Amino acid sequence: MLEPISVSLASLNLATLAPMLILIAGGLIILCIDLIKENLSKQLYVMLSILFLMLDLGAVIGYQGSARGFFDVMLVDGISLISQAIILFASMLFIPLALTSKRFHEYSFPEYFALFLFMISGFQFMVSSDNLILIFIGLELGSLALYAMIAMHNRPRSFEAAIKYFTMGAMAAGFYAMGALILYALTGSVEIAKIAEVLEARNYEPIVGVLAAVSFLIASLGFKLSQVPFHTWTPDVYEGASAALAGYMSVVPKIAGFVVAIRLFEFLIHADIVWVQHVLYAIAVLTMTLANIMALVQQDVKRMLAYSSISHAGFVMSAIVIGTTQANAGLFLYWILFLFTNLGAFAMLWVSRHKSKIWHDRFDHPYTKFSGMISIMPIGAVVMALFMLSLAGVPPFSLFWGKLYLMGAAINSGFIWLAVIMAINSAISVYYYLKLIVYMFLHDPITNEGTIYVKNASMSLKTIIGFSTVVTILATFFVNPLLEMITAYVKASGF
Amino acid sequence: MDSILTLLIFFPFLAGMFGFLIDQKSIRAYGITVAAIEFVLSLVLWLGFDTNNPGFQFVEKLPLIPQYGINYFLGVDGISLFLVILSTFMTLVALIGLTIEKDIKNLIVSILFLEMTMVGVFVSLDVIIFYVFWELSLVPMLYIIGAWGGKLRIYAAIKFFLYTFAGSLLMLVGILYMAYLYYQATGNWSFSIPDWQLLVVPYHLQLWLFAAFFIGFAIKVPMFPFHTWLPYAHGQAPTIGSVILAAVLLKMGTYGFVRFSLPMFPDASVYFITPIAVLSIIMVIYTAMIAYAQEDMKQVIAYSSISHMGIIMIGTFAMNAEGITGSIFLMISHGVVSGALFMLVGNIYDRRHTKLMSEFGGLASVMPKYATIFGIMLMASVGLPLTIGFVGEFLSLMGFYKVSPMMTFLAGTGIILGAVYMLSLYKKSFFGELTNEKNKNLKDLNGMELASLVPLVLLVAYLGIYPKPVLKPIDNTVKSMIQLMEKKSITKDAKQLISKVNSIEEAK
Repeated sequence: MLEPISVSLASLNLATLAPMLILIAGGLIILCIDLIKENLSKQLYVMLSILFLMLDLGAVIGYQGSARGFFDVMLVDGISLISQAIILFASMLFIPLALTSKRFHEYSFPEYFALFLFMISGFQFMVSSDNLILIFIGLELGSLALYAMIAMHNRPRSFEAAIKYFTMGAMAAGFYAMGALILYALTGSVEIAKIAEVLEARNYEPIVGVLAAVSFLIASLGFKLSQVPFHTWTPDVYEGASAALAGYMSVVPKIAGFVVAIRLFEFLIHADIVWVQHVLYAIAVLTMTLANIMALVQQDVKRMLAYSSISHAGFVMSAIVIGTTQANAGLFLYWILFLFTNLGAFAMLWVSRHKSKIWHDRFDHPYTKFSGMISIMPIGAVVMALFMLSLAGVPPFSLFWGKLYLMGAAINSGFIWLAVIMAINSAISVYYYLKLIVYMFLHDPITNEGTIYVKNASMSLKTIIGFSTVVTILATFFVNPLLEMITAYVKASGF
Repeated sequence: MDSILTLLIFFPFLAGMFGFLIDQKSIRAYGITVAAIEFVLSLVLWLGFDTNNPGFQFVEKLPLIPQYGINYFLGVDGISLFLVILSTFMTLVALIGLTIEKDIKNLIVSILFLEMTMVGVFVSLDVIIFYVFWELSLVPMLYIIGAWGGKLRIYAAIKFFLYTFAGSLLMLVGILYMAYLYYQATGNWSFSIPDWQLLVVPYHLQLWLFAAFFIGFAIKVPMFPFHTWLPYAHGQAPTIGSVILAAVLLKMGTYGFVRFSLPMFPDASVYFITPIAVLSIIMVIYTAMIAYAQEDMKQVIAYSSISHMGIIMIGTFAMNAEGITGSIFLMISHGVVSGALFMLVGNIYDRRHTKLMSEFGGLASVMPKYATIFGIMLMASVGLPLTIGFVGEFLSLMGFYKVSPMMTFLAGTGIILGAVYMLSLYKKSFFGELTNEKNKNLKDLNGMELASLVPLVLLVAYLGIYPKPVLKPIDNTVKSMIQLMEKKSITKDAKQLISKVNSIEEAK
């Protein structure tokens, strides 16, 4: 006879689930509101989403309980809290970008906003668990919602992007399942901490099995983090998605992926499995270098930004290779600063979105579109230039501090050549960011009609961009408190 | 008085921000006024400067990122004081001589931002703050060259930016490594220059770190073979861009050598004396020969400016008080003289819209004032005694004579070659028959142009005859720096060389 299992509610520590449940409830409420009354305006849904996100953020920041919860599958530690905060901040910055002055297909569906909230809860699950199955569920919940959101942009290219992303994502999911399966077969557990324990006790034998599992996991996370050579979907998907969503995609799913990568690979790197470290090292270097070189030849600003965000992901991947507390803190610092700058840059493209392709028969945002923007729209040009300089790592703008700290982390743990490669890549990348600046400032305008750049602008878009600009310029002054907080959290969770 | 350095840095920045609100018509007067106030501020700094104190003065320190040892840390000593004054002075003079009409508001705002970064580089005592201003100075210059330059302006602007940016990123790796060494040695994070100067770095690491910093500085100077961006930048830049580039921005590189390379890595500096001297001599002679072959007046001056930077480098690596003091003095005099020459070329370009020497000839008969001032500046550039150019060149070469008489002799030929190309430029453009019809009715310098040039002429004469007020504070600081270097050096070679080349000084 099986013993009846009794579990006390207190031991479940349901508070760990509260943040995700808030969003799931929020998504359902949005759907219910639509059932009760049709054709409500998008402003309502945007504001409701922001409110739910705020509640969620409150639940995350105020979380005081123990790290484990819900049959021990939840793990709300320091890096989970930071990454959830990053995800929620980025989402709150992203969703007001729906309040454009032009109408767009996707925003007329409340389902879009419900999907959005479901997606965020998926990513939150992903970062707050060390159970391979729950991570998988979170990953798929987030990704499936995201595929649908891309397709809802309702242009042929968006469908293409969504299907491309979906097929690639499905393959990545398959790899992930295979990797998790092998780890389970080797150790009899799906919890990363347990797996690490068992493997260590067994001195990582059989090494072939461990390496096979790691290969599958690297491939699957490589897809999500758009690491070379699994990056091929990125530029097409970013191009097909709306500019705002592309900016969002370059930040949020990746931070979730990085947290999983930290959890998965850190113990392997510290166990001195040289092969893992070498492969990750090679991936990081290849990602930043190749993406940089491909970005050099792009004709379209959005594709350039897509490649540039691949390169930034490679830059940050080196933090996982280094694996010290300083490097992991640097990863989060970099990503927080990158969030504002990159989202701001994509939002600038979003502002200049035009229904018909008047600039080029293939691209929406060719470089020539921005010719002489300084004389037509000086403030817009200056703001865009600031974002570009920040992405290039020109001090004192925000991303410089992230680069400085990450390169410092590399040097402090003996990765001098990695730091040199990072420096050289920053130098390469400045060329394509500069190219946009050159077009905006140094070329003559091809049209004098100023409104063409601001077709899509509205108060809320301008506010978001303004906010990102202020953060980008004044980063110097809040890097220290941010760094203190991040370091404390990262240290507390033992990375 | 305590926060005068902050004021010096951020006054032009704030003024630049307010400049956006002023209309095109009045912006020039605004720019000149701001630059004049800034210049007066820098003179106040000089007035309050204690010339007998070789250390850093007017020090300000605020924590910025204490977790990583980054502070907002400013201070000025004998080495940087005159470079600050040079920056504010040349900005003022260049703004007075400004003749551009197109988008003048953007130009003046850019110049004011540039002035902030120039002053910031020279007064920063925290390496990261130094690096911030160092990199930030590229942005306004990119815009100035790219927006108001000649035909190839975009190519020149991008080349300038990429070259210097790539070099300084490698330097950043060196900076971070140095900070790590400091942390290992002391257990504290610090990016402060005075702290770093006290740190004794192991010999083999000195060589690597010296190389990392060398790339950053050498591209800026620009040393042969990294000099190829400069002729483009000068050739395409508008007059005001060339003036500031030649007068101040290039000095950032040589200042970097004096401030970082010598005191932080004395042994590596001694080790690298010969290779650097060889590169500098090539730079002096080779660019002087190229200068002679140019047909464009501005290119002659651009190459001559590289040639003189070679002498500055030689003086810096003489490792003794005469050489280093001379090279710092030469930085100032080269700033004044080459700035003036670029302005003079700008004046004739405004009138004729060409800079080719073959278009001119006999200008002395129609533009006597112009020819006189050009002549004086030419003499100063060649290094005629009793002009500002002589003092620095003489001291630099005299300093290096103690290291290697042979190489000093070779570098000295640069002065002769300098006389050759400058005098031939003068002959082709100013003497002889006035053959070209278009030159017959050229107007001589007007009031505004004279107002910008006459102060430079007076300075050339005054400091040429009586350089002591400038030399003394520089010398004080340099001497204390050399003592530090001698104390710090770990290899026997370096100790011997530093005491040998300074011995005559002590005997006096």
